[in-house]
Order: sequence, then structure tokens, then C-alpha cells
Amino acid sequence: MRDSKNTFHYHLMLAPGMILLIIFGIVPLFGMAIAFQDYIPVKGIFGSKWVGLENFKYMFELDDSKIIFFNTIFISLMKMLMNVLIPVTTALLLHEIIFSRLKKWMQTIIYLPHFLSWVILAGILNDMLSQNGIVNQVVTAITGEPIFFLGSNNWFPAVVILSDVWKEFGFNTIIFLAALTAINPSLYEAASIDGAGRIRKIWSVTLPGILPTIILVSTLNIGNILNAGFDQIYNLYNPLVYESGDIIDTYVYRIGLVQYQYGLATAVGALKSVVGFILIFLSYRLAAKFAGYRIF
Amino acid sequence: MPLTGKRGIRTTDIILTLIMLLVTLLCLLPLIYVISLSFSGKSAAASGAVTLFPVDFTFYSYEYMFKDSRFFDAFGVSVKRVLLGGAINFVLTILMAYPLAKERLEFRSRDIYMWVIVFTMMFTGGLIPWYMVVKSLHLTDTIWALVLPTAVPIFNVILLMNFFRGLPKEINESAKMDGAGPWRTLITIAVPLAMPAIATVTLFSIVSHWNAFFDGLILMNKQHNIPLQTYIQQLVVAPSISSSTRPEDLINFSQRTFNAAKIVVTMLPILIIYPFLQRYFVHGITLGSVKE
Repeated sequence: MRDSKNTFHYHLMLAPGMILLIIFGIVPLFGMAIAFQDYIPVKGIFGSKWVGLENFKYMFELDDSKIIFFNTIFISLMKMLMNVLIPVTTALLLHEIIFSRLKKWMQTIIYLPHFLSWVILAGILNDMLSQNGIVNQVVTAITGEPIFFLGSNNWFPAVVILSDVWKEFGFNTIIFLAALTAINPSLYEAASIDGAGRIRKIWSVTLPGILPTIILVSTLNIGNILNAGFDQIYNLYNPLVYESGDIIDTYVYRIGLVQYQYGLATAVGALKSVVGFILIFLSYRLAAKFAGYRIF
Repeated sequence: MPLTGKRGIRTTDIILTLIMLLVTLLCLLPLIYVISLSFSGKSAAASGAVTLFPVDFTFYSYEYMFKDSRFFDAFGVSVKRVLLGGAINFVLTILMAYPLAKERLEFRSRDIYMWVIVFTMMFTGGLIPWYMVVKSLHLTDTIWALVLPTAVPIFNVILLMNFFRGLPKEINESAKMDGAGPWRTLITIAVPLAMPAIATVTLFSIVSHWNAFFDGLILMNKQHNIPLQTYIQQLVVAPSISSSTRPEDLINFSQRTFNAAKIVVTMLPILIIYPFLQRYFVHGITLGSVKE
């Protein structure tokens, strides 16, 4: 008796949040129907003409779509690679530092950028990387002429990848550092007795010790491969670098909410959602299988 | 030069420390740069003389900024969304995490809820359908557009749920024995015990509300309704693309220190709460994620 009464209250607690989740998370799924329509806002979903797979066909015929899919995957793969390599290296370096107070300070400072928005950081980067900015003063002093970092297709992806690493590496270091501290100290002692030096210990004890974490993080990253970082790119890019920097999310925003091609934008977004869902699902399954990872 | 055992270790320690100090400094440099720029004189900023310290120290940019009513409007909208949105996040995160932390035996529908929640996190309808839903509810140009679609931070719910699950079950049992109902148990026992985790998720939600710019961009049409980050985005980020193509443009030079001041004021709240944030969140992110 008592328990079923409790259950009622549990439903009651969940109700407000669930209603909002359904409105803003589930209802939009029905709106994906627009992807199969020649959608005209005044006519609405029920009045607009159904065109089958027309929008998808059109998408695959566009040159833009090849570019945005390539850019998305290239940028996010490079970010993932760097966002494992650099944090692992940083964690190893930090772990070796014997001045513990200083170490704590360093740790605290390197993850500060994670909490600043891309609007702020893009504002700073725009100034630093401009023709007469602080970075180009150094570049000009060395090579004689400034580099148009945010306007050149050669440089733009590098700026995106490196600035993302700059913002996130400290934050990503935390999880590897946690894995490092969990390594059994007696392993290091045993290695010392066997005559292993610092490098040998890193290679034979530390790296194998954090390998499961590296694998887990990399696996979970697979699910995010289609998210190349909208906030960052939207705030850094401009028409000059669409060729190298335009990604699925920025493209959907532009053709949908700026050019009002709702059908096409929804189709591109829907394709991204479906592929993304499959990837996330797979990555979770892999992580559960190989690392015993569960989100709930 | 060959070094003996102990001395050698000391040298590498120093080298390692210096490398890490450099890395740490690299994280701070852009922030120090923008702060010094905001306090620098117009001509010094224009000639690129500013690096780590302000040149021709002045409050001019800040004085000028405080006369700008649009900046204050945007600041006000952001404060409002953080307070309202943060409060909504706080209440809903607790209300959802608590029942979801119950065992299947105690709350049979728990798994169904959980699947729906994880599904909405993993599968979204995309930008356009989402935008249409918000628009058809007539939320655009109201503060609700900024707080209702983000009312349930799923990641935070899962984090707190995992924390609740880690609490000793005996406490709940004894509360039940004493005749406390689920609401009383939640408010008088579970919430106080979960305070570190609740502080973590609340700080997360405050930061994400403060930092959000995109919803303000697409859902707010009237200038006085846009939040601070969107305002900064429109004024600082977008026009400076043209400024880098026309370095000779004199108007932009004075704009430079002025923009720097706006950036500094916008990141100030994050810097202020950062000491609290960093105390909790390292614990927070390892809290609910990896479990053997």
C-alpha cells in the first residue's frame, strides 16, 4: 500500500521535467517531416506539399554538402586526436612534477579556458590574429609579412583545431590525471628495484595503466564525430573560409534560418541526427563491452 | 656532462616544471592580453604596443562602456536568465534525479523514464524543427525562450542521480520508518546529503546559462531582449572580420580597447565563481561517469 503511494509521488516529481523534455525533445522529432516536404511556413506541415526524398537528392547533388561533410569529419577527427594526445602528455608531465603546491596551481589554471564561452574567446582570437594583432607582429618580425589566419583556407582549420585544444586540453587532462593517480604505487617501486629509470617507468607502468582510460575516451568520442563545434566555428568563420571551415551545423543554420530553405536544412539536420544517433549508440555499446562503462 | 643519480633527477625536475609553467602561462596569456588591452590607451592599442601590461593606463574604455545602455540591457537579460534558468534547472534536476535513483523494485517505471530521457539526449530533431516548436509556442522575444528549452539539463540529472544512488540506503529506510513521505525524505534528507553534487550541477547550469549565445541570437528579435553573450557576439565577433581586412580603418582602432573592455566584463562573472567551480567540479565530473 505504502509503496504504491510513494510511486505516485515519484511520477509527480518527474512530471514537470518530463513534460518539458517531451515538448522540446520529442515533439521536434515529428517536425522532421519537413525534410520530406517543400515546406512553406504559412501553409505549415499539414498544408505543405510532400516531395518524398527530393530534399535528400538535392542535398547529395550540391557541391556544398561534400565540402561540409568532409570539413566536419576532418575537423572533429583532428580535434579528437589532439584532445587525447595533448591531455595525456600534460597529465604525464604534471604527474612527474614534485612541487605539489605548484602542481595544484597549474592544474587549476589550465582548465580555466574550458569555462569561458566561444564568443569571448573568438573575440580575443579575432583581435590577436588580426592583420596588426599581437601574433602577426611576431610573424611579421620573422617572415616579413603577416598571415591572414582567419581569412585563409590554409590556416583556418589549424586555427580551429589548435584553439579548441587550447580551450579544452586542461579539462581533458583531469580524467587522465585521475587515472594516473589510481595506478598502484608498488608497481613503480617494483620497477625501480628492477633498475627502471623515469622514461622506462612511464613506458612500462604509467602508459599501460592509463591505456584503458585512453581507449574509453576515444571510444566515447566516436559518437561526437559529427559535432565539429558549432559555437566555435560560427564565431570564428566568415565567407572567405567556408570552403575549409563550414561544417554541417553552421550550414544548417545558414540555409535554414538565414536563407529560409527549411526543407533542405531539415533534411541535412535529419541525416546528421540519424547518423549521429547510430554512432553514439555504437560507441556506448563498445564502451560498455570493453570498459564496463555505463551512463546509468 | 654525465650527472650522478640524485643530481640528475633534480635537473629534470626543474626542466619539467619549467615546461609546465610555460604551458600554464600559455593558458593565461590571451586573457592577460585582453585585460591589458582594455586598460590601454587608444593609440598604444592601435600601434600594437600592448602585450602583457597596459600601455598608457586608462579607464576610458570602461567609462565609455558604462554609458552604453544597450550593454546594460544585455547584462540585465543575462542576469535574469541565469537567476530564472538556474532556479528552474536546480528544482527540476533534483526532482528528476531523486526518483530516477530509486531501484527498479521500488519504482517500476524508472527504466522507462530513463530510456526516454537518454533517447532525447542522443537523438534530436535538428535545429529547424526545434526552432519551429519554440516559435509556435510564442516564446520568441520572451525570457522563457532562454530558460524553458534548457529547463532539463540531462547530463546534470544523470550526474546527480548517480550521486543519490551512492548514498547509503539505510538513511532512506529509517526516514520511512519514522513515517516521512517521499517529499519529506527528499527535502530533509536526500538534498542536504547531496549538497556537494547539487552545488556542482548548479554551478554547471549557471555557467552554461551565462555562456549561451545562440538561443539569444535566433529567438530574440528585439535588441533589448538579447543576452550579453549574443550582444558581444554581434558587436565584437561579427564586425571584426571586416576590421581585419581593413587595418587602416581608424574607427576600429578605438573600437579595439572598447571591445576588450566588453569582453573582460563578460568573462568577469565566470572568473569570480571560478574558485567555487573548480573546488567542486573535478569531483563532479568523475562523480557519475566511469563505474566499474
